[in-house]
Amino acid sequence: MKWVHYSYLIMQTARYYSTGALAFGQFLLARGKTGKITLVEKLRQRYRYSLILLKQLVITDFKLRYQGSVLGYVWSLLRPLAIFAVLYIVFDKFLRLGRDIEFFPVYLLLGIVLWNYFVEVTSNSVNAIVGKGDLIRKINFPKYVIILAGSFSALINLGINMVVIAFFMWLSGVQVTSLILWLPLILAELFIFSLALAFLLSALFVKFRDVTYIWEVALQAGFYATPIIYPLALVPGDAAKYLILSPLAQIIQDARYVLVTTQTTTMDQLYSEAWVRLLPLAVVAVFSLISVIYFKKRSKYFAEEV
Amino acid sequence: MSDKSEEVAIKVQNVSKDFKFDSSRAGTLKSMFTGIFKGSGSKSVKKQHALKKVSFEVKKGEFFGIVGRNGSGKSTLLKMMAGIYQPTKGNIEVNGRLVPFIELGVGFNPELTGKENVYLNGALLNFSEKEIDKFYNEVVEFAELEDFMDKQLKNYSSGMQVRLAFSMAIRAKADTLLIDEVLAVGDADFQRKCFGYFNLLKKTKTTVVFVSHDMEAVRQYCDRAIMIEDGKALTAGSVEKIAQAYIKQFNQPENFQLPEENEENRWGDGKVTIDDFDVRVNEAEINFKQTIKAHKDTDGVIAGIRIKNSAGDHITGTNTKLQREIIDGLKKGQSLVIEWKMPNVLADGSYQIDSALTYPDEITVYDWREEFVDFDVVKTRRLPYSVDPGFNLTVHREK
Repeated sequence: MKWVHYSYLIMQTARYYSTGALAFGQFLLARGKTGKITLVEKLRQRYRYSLILLKQLVITDFKLRYQGSVLGYVWSLLRPLAIFAVLYIVFDKFLRLGRDIEFFPVYLLLGIVLWNYFVEVTSNSVNAIVGKGDLIRKINFPKYVIILAGSFSALINLGINMVVIAFFMWLSGVQVTSLILWLPLILAELFIFSLALAFLLSALFVKFRDVTYIWEVALQAGFYATPIIYPLALVPGDAAKYLILSPLAQIIQDARYVLVTTQTTTMDQLYSEAWVRLLPLAVVAVFSLISVIYFKKRSKYFAEEV
Repeated sequence: MSDKSEEVAIKVQNVSKDFKFDSSRAGTLKSMFTGIFKGSGSKSVKKQHALKKVSFEVKKGEFFGIVGRNGSGKSTLLKMMAGIYQPTKGNIEVNGRLVPFIELGVGFNPELTGKENVYLNGALLNFSEKEIDKFYNEVVEFAELEDFMDKQLKNYSSGMQVRLAFSMAIRAKADTLLIDEVLAVGDADFQRKCFGYFNLLKKTKTTVVFVSHDMEAVRQYCDRAIMIEDGKALTAGSVEKIAQAYIKQFNQPENFQLPEENEENRWGDGKVTIDDFDVRVNEAEINFKQTIKAHKDTDGVIAGIRIKNSAGDHITGTNTKLQREIIDGLKKGQSLVIEWKMPNVLADGSYQIDSALTYPDEITVYDWREEFVDFDVVKTRRLPYSVDPGFNLTVHREK
């Protein structure tokens, strides 16, 4: 069955190379060619202001986050642990959903952490532009920096959570394989998808204040529509085939596959057609494109509308 | 004159700005959907023309003033030059790096310490951490806040905040600075610092666009200016020319809009009412016309006026009885106009009129209209008081 694994690798490569290109495209469009392409001095000069701002906004965000709380940054670790403890007791001990999957606790935790990252980026983004209205009305600066800063500050949080996961992996005796090399690309896809939605939601909220409520409900539905607390294998019939098409389900399942256990049901077990496997990526691509174009178009008028 | 484009710092060409107000104040999807069903998506949107076809040029090294009253559109113009608002029509061209000061201490967060705020505000002014490191001590020293930099900003007095913000602001490196008048608001000590900074900017030939309703400040610092009124650029040119136009423009008779009445600012039994009130201000004289009408037969009427300054203090006032003028009983339906005149000894500023009609006992009220009419007095000289009798000054020195 070596060729199966081989084809899986080729599929994944194709999937993530296109994600990489997408990431680059997004950089070019949304950030107006900013950012980490520091190789070119000219570009760095041009985007100096954005970079300085981005750094300060991330620092500020991180400083303010746990201000006034006794345990401070420790909450970044405690929060996922506590949520994990609750879900583990309910879904592993009472409902016994994960009895067929090895390392189910770690499997569960990884899903929750990735989902929480998505929730943090998107739900914070809704009010991000409006919340900075005072600043936007006083000085002209690239607005995407605000959204990007929110994304990066959540990314730092995700990094801390990944340390917790690494600890549990070691504790449960999970074997790390070379598959882990895919993880950065999977996380890149998550980063881009979350960022794309953040751009869209923040810009929409300036005009339509209903977005908060709609997104709240959407996240609640998304939590159950994504195989986070239940294994995809338990979903009856064709439903699993539809659920996996969501980029988040694909991301979470792939991350579990490469990090925790190859028992994870991924796209490749459910579909044999190559083009279907690219569907979640297409969704990410389309969302990125729409979001970036919409944000870019609207951002000129934020100062008047917030 | 050889290469004109080289000398221009900001070129404003035919710029118009409309603000759209959705009368239902949008914000919800519902209004969008109901709009579709009514088939009148755009009808509820009101347009306000904030600026109409404004054109001018600011040359490099110039201290350029924009003068106009509150609501004239001058701040909108400034925000468009700063790139915060987009012109609806027309084009603004900026050569070189531009830093706007619409407010001091942009981005200041009360939860952060003074030091953290310096770095955040600095980032907004385009300073990297390394650059701020270099001048951080000077900023703290200049603000005289050595012992407070590790305290949260919310524990600062407003004066301390302004000092910190100001010592950051004067660090800004730019080819062109846009400065809003609010910067010069503060205590006398701070104003002196501000004007000292203006003098420095003039000396270093930094291009400055200064927006103010204070003709005196504009006269003192600006090389040239433009006057904005009602969204239109009225005149541009030398400061003296603008100053004259300014006085002429704002001391002309105006059509006053009577305010909407509500229960709080109007009371009385209504047997006689004040139906109209007109104020005319020129350089020499202020003229009030009070139109009153009786709705029932009455014994007698005392009419009075009172002038309030913008701080809400009554400066002066009088009534017909004090002026030894007796208005006898009015018949139902009879109306008359009372004209009051006073020399224009009021200082530059905004004022309000209380107007009243009472019974001859001066206690029972026919009609009392509090803060009935607003008017402005415009003079080239500003005084921190409400009365400007036109002092003359001579200094006698011993030989």
